[in-house]
Amino acid sequence: MEKEEVKQKIYALVEKSMGKKKLKSSDIQKTVSAEAGISRDEVKDALKDLIDDGKLIYTYFGGSFVEIPPKE
Amino acid sequence: MPRKYETPLLDELEKGPFPSFVTEIKKAAARNDMAADELGQLEKSYRERRGYWKHGGIVGVRGYGGGVIGRYSSLPEEFPSVANFHTIRINSVSGFFYTSKILKEMCDLWDKYGSGLTNMHGSTGDLILLGTSTENLEPIFAEFSSRGWDLGGSGSALRTPSCCIGPARCEWSNIDTLDINYNLTQEWQDEMHRPAFPYKFKFKTAGCAVDCIASIARADCSIIGTWKGTIAVNQDEVATYAKNGMNIKEEIVDMCPSGCMSYDGKELKINDEDCIRCMHCIAKMTKALKATGEKGATILIGSKAPFVIGSTLSWVIIPFIKMEPPYDEFKDLIRKMWEFWDEHGKNRERIGELIIRKGMREFLEFIGVEPQPQQIKEPRRDPFFFWTEADLQK
Repeated sequence: MEKEEVKQKIYALVEKSMGKKKLKSSDIQKTVSAEAGISRDEVKDALKDLIDDGKLIYTYFGGSFVEIPPKE
Repeated sequence: MPRKYETPLLDELEKGPFPSFVTEIKKAAARNDMAADELGQLEKSYRERRGYWKHGGIVGVRGYGGGVIGRYSSLPEEFPSVANFHTIRINSVSGFFYTSKILKEMCDLWDKYGSGLTNMHGSTGDLILLGTSTENLEPIFAEFSSRGWDLGGSGSALRTPSCCIGPARCEWSNIDTLDINYNLTQEWQDEMHRPAFPYKFKFKTAGCAVDCIASIARADCSIIGTWKGTIAVNQDEVATYAKNGMNIKEEIVDMCPSGCMSYDGKELKINDEDCIRCMHCIAKMTKALKATGEKGATILIGSKAPFVIGSTLSWVIIPFIKMEPPYDEFKDLIRKMWEFWDEHGKNRERIGELIIRKGMREFLEFIGVEPQPQQIKEPRRDPFFFWTEADLQK
């Protein structure tokens, strides 16, 4: 699977869970790797890109989560 | 000109013979608005007996999931300069060796971008800069990283590893704590800056069982230097200690936790087979006693401050492991432990709590370590090894 496609899957997962459940990085890795049939390292790598591009951010609410940044 | 507050309650903390954090905040408050409002808010907290800080949230620098702890005043109208008062953790140097030039440079930067207040060092081991605004986070990160510094760990991540001064200044060190600390920090940059654990994880490396860095009480994984050989005894030096007034029976022999020593007034004898390498005698009679033979480390797991369950001390997992670069055996072991934690850990559950919940047997089986007598925490205590149905059928 292309990296761009993995990134889209990750973003869609985070978007879908917004307001319902905060996802940890490991939740994303487990879910996307199982759904897409790829390794967790590939998911981790794609997630890294999304974070570095600012499309997703880390937040802390008693634990560290991955979320979509708030609109300015 | 910073605002001034009356602080009768905080002033009480300046009395007495000890250094006072209030005095230091007052010095900073004379020239810094943030420090001044911080002082005002703290006085109010003391007066009204409640805290006015909120923490967490979404602040940070791009690409990093740790290193910045968002902190906000719940009284922003009353204390506007501390409406945002974020903490920055800077990855400290192994053994905390700094030059005064570097420290001055850091303080100048912090006066420019923050409150001027620091914490040298936090209990995690980081160099902590207390209090800056959200808009200053990226600029200050750029300034520090351009000088070769990086952020430390925070959140559900590997925290900045720390160590004792080790062989740099201490003859008792059985391992190169500084190199181990640096190597682990470099190896696990992602684990430190991109939080992916169920909760925090801390490494602390001590060169010997004296454990100056208190790794046994403060680290999820304590690496404590030890040795396999005997303790060499210089009887002439033993005689000198006795001559200089040391009561060797009371201070050394009777204090040996495994009772492996004897002294007849002339000769100090050690039954090395019974020695548990606690370092008490060596620390007391440095000139007379010396550890010999193969050097390495004991790996312990699970200490933490009170949270879900009460505070715990680390527990021996590996009695002896060679600790030589590139430390591959140790790193593989840690990766297995993290895998177990990732697989079974609940949100905000430390690895030690998970082991207590799931059982040591399951943990040891997963990481591929054989049960050993040294892993038993206390004598006559359940050795945590239970037979399964499958074992019985064998």
